[in-house]
Amino acid sequence: MSKREIDDHSGVETTGHEWDGIKELNHPLPKWWLYILYGSIIWSFGYWVAYPAWPTLNSYTHGILKNSDRARVTTEVAALKSARAPMFAKMQATPIEQVKSNEELFQFAQEAGKSTFNDNCATCHGAGGQGNKGFPSLVDDVWIWDGTYEGIRQTINFGIRSGHDQARISAMPAFGRDGMLDAGQAGDVTEYVMSLSKMADANAGKAARGAAVYAANCVVCHGATGAGDAAQGAPNLTDAEWLYGGSRADIAAQIHNGRGGVMPAWSAKLDAETVTALTVYVHSLGGGK
Amino acid sequence: MSDATLAVPLRLNGLGKPGQRIDVLIVSVICVLGLLWGISATALAHDLGMRVIAAIFTIAFAGGLFAISFAGSKGNLAIDEAVYLDGVIKAGVIAASFWGIVGMLVGVIIASQLAFPDFLYFKEFGFLNFGRLRPIHTSGVIFAFGGNVLIATSFYVVQRTSRARLFGGLLGSFVFWGYNLVIVTAATGYILGVTSGQEYAEPNWVVDIWLTIVWVAYLVVFLGTLWKRKEPHIYVANWFYLAFIVTIAILHLVNNLAVPTSPWSSKAYSLFSGVQNAMTQWWYGHNAVGFFLTAGFLGIMYYFVPKRAERPVYSYQLSIIHFWALIFTYMWAGPHHLHYTALPQWVQTLGMTFSIILWMPSWGGMINGLMTLSGAWDKLRTDPVLRMLVASIAFYGMSTFEGPAMSIRAVNSLSHYTDWTIGHVHSGALGWVGMVSFGALYCLTPWLWKRKRLYSEKLVEAHFWLSTIGILFYITSMWVSGIMQGLMWRAYNEFGFLQYSFVESVKAMKPYYIIRATGGLMFMAGACVMAYNLWRTAKGDVAASEPITEAQEA
Repeated sequence: MSKREIDDHSGVETTGHEWDGIKELNHPLPKWWLYILYGSIIWSFGYWVAYPAWPTLNSYTHGILKNSDRARVTTEVAALKSARAPMFAKMQATPIEQVKSNEELFQFAQEAGKSTFNDNCATCHGAGGQGNKGFPSLVDDVWIWDGTYEGIRQTINFGIRSGHDQARISAMPAFGRDGMLDAGQAGDVTEYVMSLSKMADANAGKAARGAAVYAANCVVCHGATGAGDAAQGAPNLTDAEWLYGGSRADIAAQIHNGRGGVMPAWSAKLDAETVTALTVYVHSLGGGK
Repeated sequence: MSDATLAVPLRLNGLGKPGQRIDVLIVSVICVLGLLWGISATALAHDLGMRVIAAIFTIAFAGGLFAISFAGSKGNLAIDEAVYLDGVIKAGVIAASFWGIVGMLVGVIIASQLAFPDFLYFKEFGFLNFGRLRPIHTSGVIFAFGGNVLIATSFYVVQRTSRARLFGGLLGSFVFWGYNLVIVTAATGYILGVTSGQEYAEPNWVVDIWLTIVWVAYLVVFLGTLWKRKEPHIYVANWFYLAFIVTIAILHLVNNLAVPTSPWSSKAYSLFSGVQNAMTQWWYGHNAVGFFLTAGFLGIMYYFVPKRAERPVYSYQLSIIHFWALIFTYMWAGPHHLHYTALPQWVQTLGMTFSIILWMPSWGGMINGLMTLSGAWDKLRTDPVLRMLVASIAFYGMSTFEGPAMSIRAVNSLSHYTDWTIGHVHSGALGWVGMVSFGALYCLTPWLWKRKRLYSEKLVEAHFWLSTIGILFYITSMWVSGIMQGLMWRAYNEFGFLQYSFVESVKAMKPYYIIRATGGLMFMAGACVMAYNLWRTAKGDVAASEPITEAQEA
């Protein structure tokens, strides 16, 4: 079998073996290939000398550059913190209502607030704060809870139904599910609530009957005119803005189930100065009071 | 050369008469034990996933026993040492074509889901969610498509280059059917939410044990065939196949070490935890790339490229040096998947430096493949199959350069967790693994079904362009979106706050995700064209517009 021959095309000798018609030439290793291989090995040795590389019995070789990712992260985070610190300090020392009138401070608060908002709040409230079904819009001047600076700060710090002992809490009863209203009453009060927002398709006859149901069950929180009460987190029913949707079916479902969402207490995650910046940012989104 | 009859008749080194055959006995015992286990596990299963997987095993083992007794009664179990065993390879070609299209279709679906999150989303059908479909795509294309191509080509190549019939009698069929049973049970598990949670090693512990049994049989068949070879030397393609088989066995065993919560539960806990688990996982993951997707497919290249080009392999020296360098170096490179994580920095350094050293050993295969064409470059004009094989080598060269570059920690700090990684994987997976496999299947089908030529070379041409343009769409869009993601994530504004939120970077990706899905769709369309072409070829048809030339006649 072993029959070395010279290949016509390349002039190079074969190895003399053949497998299913396949032969092998014996070209030498390409020089450039070999040099780059050697080069990469030499470079690696250099890198091992310079950087942490090989394990030892109970440690590792640290390298002559003493390079350490962990040390660098600590330094860089500290540097970033100290770069932000003067502006944060200035903002904390300024009454929050006055931040807006100081252009430099306001811009800083907006940047800090936006970055915090987008990575923490946008998941529910949307990237621009436009809200979603069940998650209030922050870009209008409708506030379920207190829309002042301090009110917003409190909501952010302690959340809504978050379990924190300072959390804002309201609970609308599940009027239908818990049998507090029968189907007829629930239907009537649905039409009445629709009429409060001047919805054209509200059934006038049912709405008139619903007024009595409303007076007996809803007035305590939503008020006689349906204007709501931000102190107890009762939404305004006359402004055609709806947390859980404004169709007849949506309103009926809310009266039936009395849903209420949860917002976390962010004081557990964000520091006080970040919350201040976030408050300024949220206040500026729509019509903070 | 591709004739099924051995050039030199071999004497029977038989496994005995059909009644006393060890191979039949082994496979039958496995089926009986498996059947007993399957029935018990179906009855006693703690969860739905285990019950369904056990039921599939039960049906498969019962079917296996039936097939053995049926074949035995027809006298089809006899071993004729004078001919190559080709039936199982034909089955492999069909299975590879089928799984390839399934895996790519799921890939197109999940790529579309990234661009349009509501696509095929139904609250009621959890199994259509991205999280369940994604491992079906990855396992489907890597293990189902790639695995069947590797098993089929390795069986073909080891027989031809050893001039020996496949060793082990019935074991060859056992390997093929057993491996495909792994795929079906693994994929069923994914759909039902049964997963080990380790990327590219998601099958649950029962399927892992079954794969181990099948893989040992594969090793026995392959080594046995080499053992009885009629050639004095072992051809280079077989070194690569053997490295692939042996290493995958080791990787699979170590990474999947786990303790089930009960013999009848699909849930098992890994033996490793924390950063040790991560390191073991990526030692496995990177070597799955190295030994499954690289070494195995280099085995394909080393046979099919010189065969198709009808030229000798460029350099024996280069093949021996780059083989040993490749398999030594690959083993160290895994930590580059864990740069800037809890993994100690010194481990990251080692992973990075060995990844750089790996560049030339990888390129040795590219040089040997491309330079084998010297003296036959003109064939690229006339032979679209050869062009496909050569394009695959070019993509191999590109992605084995990109890999070391991305393993450099400074580069990785930008590329890590971005779409750049996805693009890199696919330039290797579509460009190298996909196209070298297509080339091999185009060669194998006429050889196995004894046809003079393919049904249509024009369709091969169409497939070539669909694939190539599809890949370019894919990788260029992922380069752009990946680098953009990396830059957006690290951008700070003048006040020292992050400039973009994560969701803004997601939004910015949308156009690139659409381009990527389009590229994937084109690549899949190409695979469908291939499947049609192979089917017509196997039937013996020749496209009316492409008459058989005299050269093919001869």
